[in-house]
Amino acid sequence: MKAADQHNETKKQIPAKAKKQDEVVIHAKGLKKGFVDKEVLRDITFDLKRGENMVILGKSGQGKSVTIQCIVGMLKPNAGELTVFGEKVAELNDEELKQLRIKIGFLFQSGALYDSMTVRENLEFPLTRVLKLNDQQEIDKRVEEVLDGVGLLDAIDKLPSDLSGGMRKRVGLARTMIVKPEIMLYDEPTTGLDPITSREISELILHLQEKYKTSSVIITHDMECARITADRVLVMDNGEFIAEGSFKELQKSDNKIVRSFFNQEI
Amino acid sequence: MAEQAITGWRKWAEGIGEQCIFFSRFFRNIFTGGFEWSEFVRQCYEIGYRSMMLVGITSFIMGLVLIVQLRPSLVELGAASMLPKTLAVSLIREIGPVITAIICAGKIASSIGAELGSMKVTEQIDAMEVSGANPLQYLVVTRVFATSIMVPLLAIIGDVIGLFGGFLALNITDNISLSLYFTKCISSLDFSDLLPAVVKTVFFGFAIGFVGCYKGYHSNKGTESVGIAANSAVVTASLWIFVIDAIAVQITSLLFYH
Ligand SMILES: Nc1ncnc2c1ncn2[C@@H]1O[C@H](COP(=O)(O)OP(=O)(O)OP(=O)(O)O)[C@@H](O)[C@H]1O
Ligand SMILES: [Mg+2]
Repeated sequence: MKAADQHNETKKQIPAKAKKQDEVVIHAKGLKKGFVDKEVLRDITFDLKRGENMVILGKSGQGKSVTIQCIVGMLKPNAGELTVFGEKVAELNDEELKQLRIKIGFLFQSGALYDSMTVRENLEFPLTRVLKLNDQQEIDKRVEEVLDGVGLLDAIDKLPSDLSGGMRKRVGLARTMIVKPEIMLYDEPTTGLDPITSREISELILHLQEKYKTSSVIITHDMECARITADRVLVMDNGEFIAEGSFKELQKSDNKIVRSFFNQEI
Repeated sequence: MAEQAITGWRKWAEGIGEQCIFFSRFFRNIFTGGFEWSEFVRQCYEIGYRSMMLVGITSFIMGLVLIVQLRPSLVELGAASMLPKTLAVSLIREIGPVITAIICAGKIASSIGAELGSMKVTEQIDAMEVSGANPLQYLVVTRVFATSIMVPLLAIIGDVIGLFGGFLALNITDNISLSLYFTKCISSLDFSDLLPAVVKTVFFGFAIGFVGCYKGYHSNKGTESVGIAANSAVVTASLWIFVIDAIAVQITSLLFYH
């Protein structure tokens, strides 16, 4: 019964999705980025489509974080093309960049909660400072709603220092989601968590994608997370993507580096 | 060797450039509207509360010590009755503001540097920036305004406590009444003593807040950089206080003492 329901729902979504499916929200071509002493990104090329979950796999220090930092304009690529919603990120002025950033949610690896504020104040911050909401009732409603969504309503008045690692991640996720961004960038959302919490977070990501129709880039080492969330997987090595496909396709890959990721699970 | 010196100088020059950019960003943010009143009030309270005790105690001791030290020379000159005036002028023109500022540099600049530094390290500042909020407005403008207002206030309180300390010291030997002492102190001061002293402390406060914020905001990522940020905030702020003091003395003497 339940399976049939789900099946129906996916079927129903297809026409609505098909209309927008090919719309590219992030387009990167030949991105290069180096720092003083070394080249990190050599040739990064990808398109993120609307409503898609794209997972990036890669060894530590390969430039995954650098890639998504370029997307939000924290770092400027040295060469290559990068457009988000059709706008060239490198050419935006401060105000335009701010407007773009409002549409992008960025989940930091550490959660990056403001540690002098309670959970409630953390969640209110983007509402009052970014969306400039004034109506306290509306603010309260949205805070409680999103916190309920991550299952942490009873932690609302706690300080970040009183939360566990997994709770912080979830609050971080809630804080990013509260402004309902169109694109979500997740930097290792499950790293350092136990398998059960990891799974909860992965399912939360999937749930958020379905609920808000966000497009996401998910950086992870966690194959379980990739399996649950990915519509498409890219494998990064040495500043380039060396393989691309669905999770199932890559499982069958005979590339050595790709295999090494998938083997750890078996 | 020479190469090292050159990179050293280049680092220094780059630092100056960065500070100018930071200053212009700070300056633009003052006028973009949306002043963070509640954060500003919180910072004022924190700064005042954190430093009040220390400023009070040091100023008290300064007043006391100055009287004890000055007394023999003035008695020798037959000018013992000048003691309150001498103390008032030196304390209010110079010693009060500078002592207060140096203490605040140690207490406030370091804590601002460490606080923003650790926010930088834990990516909180990046998170604010990336969310489209304005960390400069929220973190920097509020703190710089708070120090620019609170340091002068602390200096004024310190002056009064210092004068009181002087009174206690004087009272032991000279048996002078409190009201006579304060009348003497106040009548010996005029506008040209008070105004420059207050204006100067506003700049001291600004330097303390600004340097603290700059060092924290621009600290590297890594736990040890929090300590470095706090430490160099104190050193740089103290240096700035003396530079500003030297300039202020020149300007005041040009304007008032001629
Ligand atoms: N701001 C920066 N300045 C200088 N070098 C940097 C900077 N950011 C990243 N790097 C360098 O770029 C390389 C790639 O870093 P990045 O953080 O993107 O790795 P990653 O793929 O996200 O790894 P991990 O899985 O460990 O997070 C690293 O070698 C790092 O030293
Ligand atoms: Mg990373």
